[in-house]
Amino acid sequence: MKLRWALADGWTITLRDLKHWAAQPWQVVFGLLFSVMLVLMFGYLFGGAIEVPGGAGYREFLLPGMFAMTMLFGLEATYTAVTTDADRGVTDRFRAMPMAGSAVVVGRASADMLNSVVTLAAMAACGLAVGWRWHEGIGPALGAFGLLLLLRFALLWLGIWLALVLRSPEALMALQILVWPLGFLSNVYVSPQTMPGWLGTLAGWNPLSATVSAARELFGNPSWDGGGHAVLMAVLWPLALTAVFFPLSVRAYRRLSR
Amino acid sequence: MASDLAVHVEGLRKRYGDKPALDGFDLDVRAGTVHGLLGPNGAGKTTAVRVLATLLRADGGRALVDGYDVARQPARVRERIGLVGQHAAVDEVLGGRDNLVMFGRLFHLGKREAGRRADHLLERFGLADAGGKPVKRYSGGMRRRLDLAASLILRPAVLFLDEPTTGLDPRGRNEVWAAVRALVSDGTTVLLTTQYLDEADQLASRISVLDQGRVVAGGTPDELKSRIGGDRIDVVVRADADLAAAAAVVKGVAAAEPEVDPDGRRVSAPVRDRVAALTDVVRTLDARGVAVEDIALRRPTLDEVFLRMTEVPA
Repeated sequence: MKLRWALADGWTITLRDLKHWAAQPWQVVFGLLFSVMLVLMFGYLFGGAIEVPGGAGYREFLLPGMFAMTMLFGLEATYTAVTTDADRGVTDRFRAMPMAGSAVVVGRASADMLNSVVTLAAMAACGLAVGWRWHEGIGPALGAFGLLLLLRFALLWLGIWLALVLRSPEALMALQILVWPLGFLSNVYVSPQTMPGWLGTLAGWNPLSATVSAARELFGNPSWDGGGHAVLMAVLWPLALTAVFFPLSVRAYRRLSR
Repeated sequence: MASDLAVHVEGLRKRYGDKPALDGFDLDVRAGTVHGLLGPNGAGKTTAVRVLATLLRADGGRALVDGYDVARQPARVRERIGLVGQHAAVDEVLGGRDNLVMFGRLFHLGKREAGRRADHLLERFGLADAGGKPVKRYSGGMRRRLDLAASLILRPAVLFLDEPTTGLDPRGRNEVWAAVRALVSDGTTVLLTTQYLDEADQLASRISVLDQGRVVAGGTPDELKSRIGGDRIDVVVRADADLAAAAAVVKGVAAAEPEVDPDGRRVSAPVRDRVAALTDVVRTLDARGVAVEDIALRRPTLDEVFLRMTEVPA
């Protein structure tokens, strides 16, 4: 009974977000256009200047990285949604209602994941249009998308935790200072081997890099590093992040009553 | 605890760091009444409401809402309360009706029942025409009314209104006041926090004055007013030259030295026996030929009470 209500309430909150899409279709379209613009900008603007292993096209190489970047940017959407609700008192209203306490978070998580699936699909379509392909068959390709969504899932908890701790929609700028270097200090655009030693090591250990390497491997796209444990790392990193930030998020949510 | 108490609070304590927000807060609210919680900024009003609405855990003391302990039976309490905070806690993107349906579903109403309740509440709060419009296009008063409506979906026994008219223009404030009065006539118990004295005066049948985390005075608005010196008499003379003469007359009946306001040509003083004082002043002024523009007996305003009760000792 309790579980049924938890699911029903979670779905009601998810539905709320889906209604936001319906109410603001342009916002969704612009969000997708932004992702598409990134693909075109990096694919055609910078692509010519960067040499890709194996001499393949830069866009073949770029797309898995762009997918992962989009998953990373999703953090900002999660953060904004959670802090806006807290700021407007909507979170307090939910907490003073006889609904399942988990629903707020479950609803947020499922809405953000749905959003990510749609965004990934749009980017993949755009990628196919500019010459990106997967070469290892549909199974590994789906596996790669799964790993990307796993990364998004892990970052979801980081976003919720940060939002509950910082509690200010205005701190989004500060968050971007964290997010952008995390995106660029990786193997998404250039090889970590071209960076100064310590920076390259850092970029190599970036969870984003693990997911990107694994996705490149599974899509059969050109990659900086041959083989290795890319897929394993792309599973372990997000699980580790979730193991840290999920309990932290639950604790931060409970601490709202202190 | 008597069963006609909708809220019963004993010795509630809450500290933030080493600063006490509630310091032995006691409160009894009779069912079916509006109780005003009045106090300056930082007196602990919002903390008190947040504890009662199960949003905040107190460090000590006991609080019952509709007979249920907020710390031990929060789920029961949540089924019986509505909360209107300082911001309109509604979804800005959705329309008014979608908001009410969403909250109704979260209150575990069936789909059809949630829709029916939403339509009923929109109608009741004069929002039926705006039900489909996104809330971000609502005026401040409309938002607050929708917020009220969302708090009433389950017909709560106790409604907490935490400074419900803060930031509203006079029109919005009147809209909210009218809505609150309508609620009370339905039998809902309302605990209202406010820093606006006229708001407490207008809406509340009893008032508790809160200062530094505890109640420093309580009673009906009239009781509170008479506690600081009872009635005053105001005399406004027609000519500046008569001001001194009028002051002398008023002084004859006053309980304290009259205050003279030359700009308003007004003499004002506290009096003990209101009717005798008025008769006496009218008669004497007439006998001495002082032309008078206005004479009035009045009670002190709640502002005067409030400032007196929450004075910081110098």
